[in-house]
Amino acid sequence: MTFRKYLVLAGVTVFGAAGDSMLSHGMKQAGNISLHHLPSVILAVLNPYVACGIVLLLGFIVLNMNALSWADLTYVLPATSLGYVLIALIARFVLHEQVSLLRWLGIALISGGVGFVAGGPMLTSHSHEDPESPLLAKDARNGAPTNGAPAAEVVSGGRES
Amino acid sequence: MKHAYIWGGILAITFFSVVGDVLLARAMKQVGDVHALWRRAGFWTVVARVLSNPNLFLGIAAMSVAFFSLLFTLSWGDVSLVAPAAASLTFIGNAFAAKIFLHEKVDRRRWIAAVLVATGVALLAG
Repeated sequence: MTFRKYLVLAGVTVFGAAGDSMLSHGMKQAGNISLHHLPSVILAVLNPYVACGIVLLLGFIVLNMNALSWADLTYVLPATSLGYVLIALIARFVLHEQVSLLRWLGIALISGGVGFVAGGPMLTSHSHEDPESPLLAKDARNGAPTNGAPAAEVVSGGRES
Repeated sequence: MKHAYIWGGILAITFFSVVGDVLLARAMKQVGDVHALWRRAGFWTVVARVLSNPNLFLGIAAMSVAFFSLLFTLSWGDVSLVAPAAASLTFIGNAFAAKIFLHEKVDRRRWIAAVLVATGVALLAG
């Protein structure tokens, strides 16, 4: 896996966590919103924290789509769940909130899950629909009719990192 | 009865989140590695290829339904139950759906990762 791909996964994690936190902080400042007072939604968007959160979440969506173009869903989701850990650590060390023992256990489990998936291959599937897909091109060159060959190739690629 | 509404809501959020995630992942797999495509054909080709994929818009629609289901469910139940329960179940649901619909090889390593992360997310709410 290249440095650039690590950077994208880190971006998904950080943008998602930061965007959620900003949005949550801003919405607490903006107050309750009900369906009967829709103009209050527009006012909420004018809150700088909410606006910043939305921009960060747009960045998250673009980076997430980027990651999904070269890695499995079952790789990207656990790998980027470190965002939950990030939020808890920010709550503890920046906002000085109390983090209970159960939460620390949750942080440990998520980190363990990320470790498990990070050691494995990044991509085990590829599109059968797109003839220009680079993975499919390799597939055709190898003359392999099944998923096996490209997966093996990607496996070795994943372990280089 | 209220419990039935809340858990029905949580299942609806989970279902539409999984459908959205799978469709988005499928769309991006059809587009192919965007880094390689960008190098080969340029930025605007990537944009055109992504925006011309119907699965992308179906995925976004499903995610929107999930978001509104979340809003409705939050009016019945506590955020400290609804959000982590839906997030946890989505991790497990995605592992199943990715195996069935995206033909990903969800091996033991990935199952363990999905279960650990799902349990961890549920505990973070505690």
